[in-house]
Amino acid sequence: MNFYDTIFYFFAFVTLVSAAIVVFSKNIIYSAFSLLFTFFGVAGIYVLLNADFIAVAQLLIYVGGILVLLLFGVMLTNKVVSVEMKTGTLQTIPASIIVAMTAGALCGVFYMTDWKIVRSVPQMTTTANSLGEMFMTTYLLPFEVASVVLLVALVGAAMIARRDRAIQNLKPKI
Amino acid sequence: MLTEFGRVFIFLIIGAIFVAGGLITAWLVRPHRWYPGKLTSYECGEEPVGDSWVRFNIRFYVVALIFLIFDVEIVFLFPWAVVYQKLGLYAFIEMMIFLAILLVGYAYVWGKGDLDWDKPTPHIPVIKKQKPVEQAYAEEVTV
Repeated sequence: MNFYDTIFYFFAFVTLVSAAIVVFSKNIIYSAFSLLFTFFGVAGIYVLLNADFIAVAQLLIYVGGILVLLLFGVMLTNKVVSVEMKTGTLQTIPASIIVAMTAGALCGVFYMTDWKIVRSVPQMTTTANSLGEMFMTTYLLPFEVASVVLLVALVGAAMIARRDRAIQNLKPKI
Repeated sequence: MLTEFGRVFIFLIIGAIFVAGGLITAWLVRPHRWYPGKLTSYECGEEPVGDSWVRFNIRFYVVALIFLIFDVEIVFLFPWAVVYQKLGLYAFIEMMIFLAILLVGYAYVWGKGDLDWDKPTPHIPVIKKQKPVEQAYAEEVTV
């Protein structure tokens, strides 16, 4: 086991343990904070895969943005501490069939894929350069469409999340 | 052989050691005598009332949502900034189109008042002004 493998297993361990805490924790706040380490571990694995831009984007968007949103979502809920989490086993037979099929499909893909294994770890190069060039030349239209998608998301999110002014004005006036 | 992210990783380890080291030394050095009073949250000598996990106002959520969209926009800006010098005016115009489209959303959010921090309206009690005694007496007499 060389140095890279050690770091990989470290990040994989962090990701898996914190993901388990997210699922099994009874306290929803602990789940939300544990998700931070899950995202972080995934970012570390991205770095090990030489996908530096995705790793930074993961930190910036997931850890910096989505997690804040999730925490606000948790804090907006009525009860934080004593939430009755209903955990039970429902539909055991269909669930186990689906799980077995998914696991089988994943294992099949894993074993049948002709993996291009590179023995020597390639030197880390920055992907931001080539990404930027492709955005500006070959994939210009998708790039601009992404802006439209963001616009739709912004308008839609603001519209749904906005507190209705009409209802707000109905409050009793003293 | 240390890559750029190797340095980041070293920073990470040092940061973790720094935090853990401080906490562990404090735990080793401090006296272990505790009573329930020590575990209450300190608030200027006041007895804390209720839970610290209170419900937040929805307005935080709207702001967080808007922040997230512009966060994603910033991520798109990074690869552009790297190659900007190479591609020049062409890339500049492309990016301005990208930003102009998002500026529409910004204008929408601004115009709709989502960026306004809606303060709770205070209820100021109004006290009826009492007339001076002489004036009230005079009015009564004239009636």
